[in-house]
Amino acid sequence: MPDPTPVTSCPMVREPLLSELSGPGRNGLTVPRPFAAGRCADIPAALNPPALPEISEVETVRHYTRLSRLNTGIDQGMYPLGSCTMKYNPRIGEEIASRIADIHPADEAALQPVLAWLLDLKATLEDLCGMDDSCLWPAAGAHGELTGMLVIREALRRRGDDRHKVLIPDTAHGTNSASCTIAGFTSVNVPSGPDGFLKAADLERHLDGDVAALMITNPNTLGIFEQEIDRIASLLHANGSFLYMDGANMNAIMGIARPGDMGVDCMHLNLHKTFGTPHGGGGPGSGPVLVKRGLAPYLPDPRIVRNAPGGIGLVARSPESIGMVHSCLGNVAVLLKAFVYCLSLGPDGLREASIRACLNANYLKERLKKVFDLPYPTPTLHEFVLSDRVQKVAGVTTVDMAKALMEYGFHPPTVYFPLVVPGAIMIEPTESEPVGELARFADAMGDIASRAETSPDLLHAAPRGTPVERIDEVWAARNLVLTWNDLNPSR
Amino acid sequence: MNIPEGLRYTKDHEWVRVEDGTVRMGITDYAQHELGDVVFVEIKPAGTQLKAGDAVGTVESVKAVSDVYAPVAGTVTEVNAELEASPELVNSDCYGRGWMAALTLASTPDLDALMDAAAYRAYLEQEAK
Amino acid sequence: MAFLPTSPDDLHELLSTVGIRDAEELFARIPEHVRFRGRLRVDGPMDELALRRMFRAGASAVVFLGGGVYRHYIPAALDALSSRQEFLTAYTPYQPEISQGTLQAIFEFQSMMARLTGMDAANASMYDGATALAEAALMALRAKPLRRIVVTRSTTPSYRAVLRTYLRNTPGVEIVEAPFDPATGRTDLDALERLLDSEAAFFIQQPNYFGVVEDLPAVSAIAAGSGFWGVVVTEAVSLGLLEPPGSSGCDVVAGEAQSFGNPASAGGALLGFFCVKKEHVRRMPGRIVGLTRDHAGARAFCLTLSTREQHIRRDKATSNICTNQGLCALRAAMYLSCLGPGGLREVALQCACGARALMQALQGKGLRPVFSGAVFHEFVVRMDPGTRARLAEAGIVAGIPLDPHYPELENALLMNVTEMNTHEDILCLTRHL
Repeated sequence: MPDPTPVTSCPMVREPLLSELSGPGRNGLTVPRPFAAGRCADIPAALNPPALPEISEVETVRHYTRLSRLNTGIDQGMYPLGSCTMKYNPRIGEEIASRIADIHPADEAALQPVLAWLLDLKATLEDLCGMDDSCLWPAAGAHGELTGMLVIREALRRRGDDRHKVLIPDTAHGTNSASCTIAGFTSVNVPSGPDGFLKAADLERHLDGDVAALMITNPNTLGIFEQEIDRIASLLHANGSFLYMDGANMNAIMGIARPGDMGVDCMHLNLHKTFGTPHGGGGPGSGPVLVKRGLAPYLPDPRIVRNAPGGIGLVARSPESIGMVHSCLGNVAVLLKAFVYCLSLGPDGLREASIRACLNANYLKERLKKVFDLPYPTPTLHEFVLSDRVQKVAGVTTVDMAKALMEYGFHPPTVYFPLVVPGAIMIEPTESEPVGELARFADAMGDIASRAETSPDLLHAAPRGTPVERIDEVWAARNLVLTWNDLNPSR
Repeated sequence: MNIPEGLRYTKDHEWVRVEDGTVRMGITDYAQHELGDVVFVEIKPAGTQLKAGDAVGTVESVKAVSDVYAPVAGTVTEVNAELEASPELVNSDCYGRGWMAALTLASTPDLDALMDAAAYRAYLEQEAK
Repeated sequence: MAFLPTSPDDLHELLSTVGIRDAEELFARIPEHVRFRGRLRVDGPMDELALRRMFRAGASAVVFLGGGVYRHYIPAALDALSSRQEFLTAYTPYQPEISQGTLQAIFEFQSMMARLTGMDAANASMYDGATALAEAALMALRAKPLRRIVVTRSTTPSYRAVLRTYLRNTPGVEIVEAPFDPATGRTDLDALERLLDSEAAFFIQQPNYFGVVEDLPAVSAIAAGSGFWGVVVTEAVSLGLLEPPGSSGCDVVAGEAQSFGNPASAGGALLGFFCVKKEHVRRMPGRIVGLTRDHAGARAFCLTLSTREQHIRRDKATSNICTNQGLCALRAAMYLSCLGPGGLREVALQCACGARALMQALQGKGLRPVFSGAVFHEFVVRMDPGTRARLAEAGIVAGIPLDPHYPELENALLMNVTEMNTHEDILCLTRHL
């Protein structure tokens, strides 16, 4: 066993809860008091202040600083989560986004430059995807999917076509079918072929007058380009159906191929994946939807228009729109960061980023396929999927190896997804990784593979040296302690 | 694999025990093993009428959820309330305290459509291939 | 090139390991006729200084704007703490062993939101208040066989719009708006009673869009006759002063908590929250963190109740949401920790007192509130467009015009005061009237 190099070396295992740090009178923060304090007797105020902990500022700062040390971010090292595109988050984006912090969305004059940038970002994304129009407001990828499917639903309704089925390949993200359900569709699973991509001939068998759309991810979650995409698009269009593309894997093809040129009618992007905005431990993200001209009338409100009275404006209600999907303008700050990312790289840089992302992934695949099962030999782009088939013989599974990677200082890849590969290990290094880091990862994986043969028990016990050892998720689900009150109901 | 004699089995891995006009049912040892640690069981309330093959409830592990189907047509008369607090009984005693529901039979049940222990064992062996 | 760490020598090493001479070969499987051979039209590349010069923006000098997004004081510690890379650049905490920081912070966010709202459980966040309301309606439909969603007309217009969008493909369910009393601005309880029955789900905003505080005890007596009901909160700071909405016995409290430590930021990122009674926990949308232990017995946290979610239940999931507003929720938890009970109460009181100071100053200029109902920190007055334009020229944005959404409230303006405003702001406004 190597010397463990834990992701987070942290002296203490247990950071107290805020409720445990609390004590009466500890909070001394002075809040601004511009107005004379009255009692506002006309409203039914609660008798007591809210039931929050009382903690000093220094303890708050230490609490969150200590908590942060129990986490791992991409600034610490490679974070090769497949289909998540965990690339470097340029700090210039944070700096620029902070400049709009004080602007209220109803402050029309102050919003002018912001709307101008959003228009430019919109044009940038449309050009990058070969699409005609777009809406920037969806707050995350799944929100974009839902928006896109609502747009398709509306287009069908307007032509009096009551179709219900949406075909979804078995490699798709789980969100696809969940989004379809909310949009009023029924999802139908379509098996992708033995080569890991959807064959037009196989799709044809599923087409009938009830098929509203196919939702495809391209390249798909195996990292394989859907090479029959344009024939698939033709078949769908001939059938009166739409082609929706989940743009989660757009990082493979920026400036290389454009969904619009493939026949895609509607798609979403994940700005927090492809465009370098931080994921924030679970958002905020951003999931703009892009469409071809025919679907443009149905995009959500409001629309940004250049020639409104007083400059650039927002048109609140357009007649054919599906309506609003967000109370304001989506995650504006994230949109701005993504725009800064695009401008930093420029046209050639964006294309080069995709090329390097694919090259990095292929380097890793070349090194790792020698020791791990590679279930699909079809060439891949920015990510690839291994399985635990070889190691399973010795009783070592994907979860063991994922946890062991933490001991080498890496966040594990995406595991057990896509579902078409049992024991999947899905690796996406992104263009951000230098050669040395890629090599270190390949070495670590190789090391784990040999430990699987020599000392499988050590892998079952992984991770060691992390802030906590392997988590008991069953206990959590059976006991459901979801707040402080559950923990200690008397308090 | 524990497959007690005297019970009847379905291809969806439920078992039934005929008891005097009612049947008691649950999931088999094979099913609980495949599912892993059971964390939650939800069974439709007493009074629910079911056709054979209708979902009578769901059983959840941390990573999976699966429907439990009525092996025969009938009406739910009793639900194992003990599973609410102790879903792990499905793992530790799937044919005993881990039972899920009791049904009264809608008509003379076609129990012959279900497998006996030997047939179920053979079915599992065939499935494994 | 920016952000690309590979040198020419490194490239050579990568290419030779892959066994190709040119990286272009990687794209050989993309059919030529879908290859893009043009050049992208984006500007750049731009250096950081150029970007700094390009992106200049600033708020108007004096604003009285609320209506769902609020400007509040944010302690300096928040930016320092939330920009720590361990929080900022981490993914959703799928690997709990190396994500305990995010997980514990969300657990504490859930705990504090549940306490503030008086509910049993909370999720890790929603996109915003509007989608939180829409998801609450979808949850109601999962809980009960319903035919009607009743929402008050004094609910923020964009929230009602998003609700309609989310439910546009749910057949057999109508959305009905409960009117407000034009004198008080509160929901008309007689009219409400006629709309509610066991086949209706009901949602009321507190305080409502006009800033008016609804009579929640009276509402709850009527709402108890509905199949499911919830309270929508768009100004989380009000939770520091008013009774927790959960004490009214509602099924869900959902809304917007941007006010807790997140800047207005031109309208985003916002922070939807979602709190429920225990009986609805398994129907909740979104991520939920639970307490657990590791194999050595140490206290730990992980995502739980995952079987509700899209990656397991797929088309039968309780929602499609995965990425939410994690960092905004983290900031909210930090904010509440910094302010504490007294601080939050004080902020709420300052807002309420400030609004009353502005109201008084306006009355001196003959401008009276349109509604007689008591307000929290915003209120409606009538102000003609000419005056508004004159104020705007002086850099004063007096409020949000209501008539686009309420034609019956011609020239009405929603004005808001928070602790970010000052007496000077108020003087500046009244000087121009």
